[in-house]
Amino acid sequence: MKPTDINNPEYFHKVVDCQYACPAHTPVPQYIRLIAEQRYSEAYMLNWESNVFPGVLGRTCDRPCEPACRRGRVEEDPVAICRLKRVAADFKDDIHSQLPTIPAQKNGKRVALIGGGPASLTVARDLAPLGYEIDLYDDQKAGGGFMRSQIPSFRLPESVLNEEVNYILDMGITTHFNHHVKSLKSIVDKQYDAIFVGTGAPRGRDLSKLPGREEADDNIHIGIDWLANVAFEHTSKIGKKVLVLGGGNTAMDCCRTARRLGGEDVRVVVRSPQSEMKASHWEIEDTLHEDIPIFENHTPKEFVVDNGKLVGMHFEKVKAVYDEAGKRSLVPTGEDLVFMECDDVLMAIGQENAFPWIERDIGVDFGQWDMPIVDETTFQSTLKSVFFGGDAAFGPKNVITAVAHGHQAAISIDLYCQGESVNHRPAPGVNLISQKMGFHEWTYDNAVSNDERFIVPLADKEAALKNRKMEVELGFDVQQAFDEAQRCLNCDVQTVFTDDKCIECDACADVCPTDCISFVGNGEEDDLRTRLSAPSHNLEQDLYVSDALKTGRVMVKDENVCLHCGLCAERCPTTAWDMQKFFYSVTKAGQSCAE
Amino acid sequence: MSYLRPNFRHPDLKTNEIGYTKADYEGGLSTLCAGCGHDSIGASILQACFELSIEPHRVAKLSGIGCSSKTPAYFLGASHGFNSVHGRMPSVATGANLANRDLIYLGVSGDGDTASIGMGQFAHVVRRNLNMVYVVMNNGCYGLTKGQDSATADKGSASKKGAPNPYEGIDLCEMAIQLGAGFVARSFSGDKQQLTPLIKAAMSHQGFALIDVVSPCVTFNNNAASTKSYDFVREHSEATGTFDFVPMKDEIITQYNAGDTEEVTLHDGSVVHLHKMSKELKLNDRSSAMHEIERYKSKGQILTGLLYLDPLTPDTHELLGTTDKALNSLTETQLCPGNAALQSINESFR
Ligand SMILES: Cc1cc2nc3c(=O)[nH]c(=O)nc-3n(C[C@H](O)[C@H](O)[C@H](O)COP(=O)(O)OP(=O)(O)OC[C@H]3O[C@@H](n4cnc5c(N)ncnc54)[C@H](O)[C@@H]3O)c2cc1C
Ligand SMILES: Cc1ncc(C[n+]2csc(CCOP(=O)(O)OP(=O)(O)O)c2C)c(N)n1
Ligand code: SF4
Ligand code: SF4
Ligand code: SF4
Ligand SMILES: [Mg+2]
Repeated sequence: MKPTDINNPEYFHKVVDCQYACPAHTPVPQYIRLIAEQRYSEAYMLNWESNVFPGVLGRTCDRPCEPACRRGRVEEDPVAICRLKRVAADFKDDIHSQLPTIPAQKNGKRVALIGGGPASLTVARDLAPLGYEIDLYDDQKAGGGFMRSQIPSFRLPESVLNEEVNYILDMGITTHFNHHVKSLKSIVDKQYDAIFVGTGAPRGRDLSKLPGREEADDNIHIGIDWLANVAFEHTSKIGKKVLVLGGGNTAMDCCRTARRLGGEDVRVVVRSPQSEMKASHWEIEDTLHEDIPIFENHTPKEFVVDNGKLVGMHFEKVKAVYDEAGKRSLVPTGEDLVFMECDDVLMAIGQENAFPWIERDIGVDFGQWDMPIVDETTFQSTLKSVFFGGDAAFGPKNVITAVAHGHQAAISIDLYCQGESVNHRPAPGVNLISQKMGFHEWTYDNAVSNDERFIVPLADKEAALKNRKMEVELGFDVQQAFDEAQRCLNCDVQTVFTDDKCIECDACADVCPTDCISFVGNGEEDDLRTRLSAPSHNLEQDLYVSDALKTGRVMVKDENVCLHCGLCAERCPTTAWDMQKFFYSVTKAGQSCAE
Repeated sequence: MSYLRPNFRHPDLKTNEIGYTKADYEGGLSTLCAGCGHDSIGASILQACFELSIEPHRVAKLSGIGCSSKTPAYFLGASHGFNSVHGRMPSVATGANLANRDLIYLGVSGDGDTASIGMGQFAHVVRRNLNMVYVVMNNGCYGLTKGQDSATADKGSASKKGAPNPYEGIDLCEMAIQLGAGFVARSFSGDKQQLTPLIKAAMSHQGFALIDVVSPCVTFNNNAASTKSYDFVREHSEATGTFDFVPMKDEIITQYNAGDTEEVTLHDGSVVHLHKMSKELKLNDRSSAMHEIERYKSKGQILTGLLYLDPLTPDTHELLGTTDKALNSLTETQLCPGNAALQSINESFR
């Protein structure tokens, strides 16, 4: 293999598994160390820079970082990255003074944001400090989008949401709430310099063809509409027996909300096997914890109506069958239909985008599935002044993805308004600094904790089920936060190898607890992987290969299960290994231009 | 600060025939200087025991004094160990071996521990052909006491702070061959590919097996004027050949070219193959071995690899006609047969 080019920032970026997996590339290990040092405000601001909603995300994030976390490859569970973020938000001081100042002198450019969810708010956060004048239109009565209307208060207290939404709205954003935009053309006509569409994926799927659907309409609710009605206090009760159809996170929020609004026998009924449900495993756990059973492999067949009123549903039992390619089909088992009694049904079987308000003749082209054609890097539509982001761009995802889109769209809008090419993207900010302080001393705590993942304590169940607004998770206390933070392996502190210093004494290879390092004859990657000190099966993790050493061999380090413990660097007599902290930050709008 | 090794190991570590991973053969974290050759030798010993599927409790590690003699603390943490006084490891090994012949005896010593203060002990343990592996971690100096020249330092070699050594260096391999050892090899700490199979073969050999391993002292004797530095050894060593060790239970599948390859079956049935570089060397011919070692020396080179092998030498127990059982497996009446037995022995001498 060719020697690894560690000057390419993407090489070490990929080693920081969590940060790499985070759509907004939040510098996770850095904020975790700040938490361990009880520097909560700094940890919060570092998060805020990247992901804009640390308090919200520390409670609700889909956490793509956690399955990626290196710790999960050397033991059972990853670091509780998400819940540590919440710690920063919970224990920080007043951070108002650290927010960016908004120039009194504007830059003369006007931007309209349609939709007030995380994507639009991120665009506002990035552009307002640069002097843009921003108008935000949303059909709800307050900002936050689905974070307000969908994510229930028992997972995300309104006060936390308000705080973080207001940090942005207080930047001098002109809000137009309760304003449903019925025509994009009408906004285009207002001569904005750029328009951002962050209207989400607001339409819930229905089972309109199922027998009984129309007759039972009074007691059948579209999940996301119902949750919004609960959030905005138009709905405060539900029947005692509730069936929730669907196996995603929306279903989990629906059933848990139903339990708090009077549902006693609440059931989740899902077509697939439970093991293949779309909901995050922690949301399924929380659901089961609230005594909500999940009925798997049941396909809805009929709404049963008696005297014009819904009394139950019929389901067909199926089983999952997989073809050779692993594709699943749900095949009826032939058993009798199953009848379940109910007073109400909540349908949480998916969401769709819908753009009836965008005229098809103003230059915004639509492609497959009636979705706008949007560039995946620049977020620009075919009408150059119109940008899309969040769920509106490529379908429903999650808050952190909406934030990441928002940052990138803001860069594009800034470039566009300044008359530059939107393809002229800024390079990431990177920094690599030695952490050595002495023979066995590093600026970071390199000892590896043996603790297993700490569990976030929960509120008393009975009390929580009585009050829809009572937050279920209590969050870590200071000690638990410290102990959990210590589980982080500091993957951003990189093992940096200097080949001309190495005397091939093998000390590093011998001391490495996880057999990462080998000195072998060079070869192609597949071949090299068979000749290393330990099995090297994880192809997603790179091999770090040196130039030829004195004996003609090369140093090969499999990054897969490196603990970043620094022992290699401590045992190296010539400092051929050094532990260097790699800081990677996604450049924001206005921060710099690509060289 | 880390004087502790993390507890995590590679999740897919291989297991050997008795279900252990390499981690089961580890010891404490080394306190030697970073980069010391001795640590690599320790890693090779660990690897050899893992590959041979030796149960750690069947090994006894014995050592004297020196950085080298400290290393048994850093491998085979679950084995028996005895860190004796300076130069006296051979007597302790002899005593232990006589008491329990069933263990695998691994002596770890230094060039000071062996060739200076322990010279007398070394000579006699070789002569007695005690069944043990004797590893000398040879750095040409007294590392532990700050790098004074040892008796194996080559004439003219100078350590970091020293003057050129005026004395002839002792060649422990030649001595061992002369004194009747059945297995004699030389290796280099920086060449695990050669060292590990040598250790495995030495452990399978019945009788005394010496491996003299050149092992650079990074702190005191890894300078340009030293003949025991990483660079010097890499540039000036030549191997007797490449070396394969095939354990008894494994089938020999490779075809070897007769003439270039010498094949020796060891006492336990395992087989050693040496694919010779030096056609002159005959493995169980003492004078050939001595001659080859000297021939390379005169060219300024170090001959490494297996130098001499005679698998059929009688070991101490055989020579002395001792009981073939470990003493701890004998009953009290067998160990103390009583006055009548004593009388009959005395009677036999009258
Ligand atoms: C029940 C449920 C629970 C969820 N839980 C989580 C979670 O725990 N974690 C997570 O990361 N994600 C979660 N999500 C997904 C997440 O809420 C969305 O992915 C995210 O909010 C998308 O952000 P956005 O900025 O694209 O748009 P949204 O947040 O959807 O905001 C769009 C806003 O635009 C408004 N709007 C739409 N059309 C118009 C119009 N024509 N005129 C004016 N205003 C308009 C909408 O009313 C809304 O306020 C959940 C989704 C649902 C349905
Ligand atoms: C009886 C006695 N004499 C002298 C010493 C001092 N001493 C300790 S280690 C050592 C030399 C060790 O050299 P070597 O065996 O080559 O080990 P190294 O440290 O080089 O590995 C000496 C002379 C001692 N410990 N005991
Ligand atoms: S930091 Fe070095 S010693 Fe520690 S696990 Fe990684 S490669 Fe091995
Ligand atoms: S410890 Fe240092 S000098 Fe020794 S092999 Fe490793 S990198 Fe090279
Ligand atoms: S002093 Fe020399 S022999 Fe002793 S540990 Fe250090 S490098 Fe090794
Ligand atoms: Mg020595």
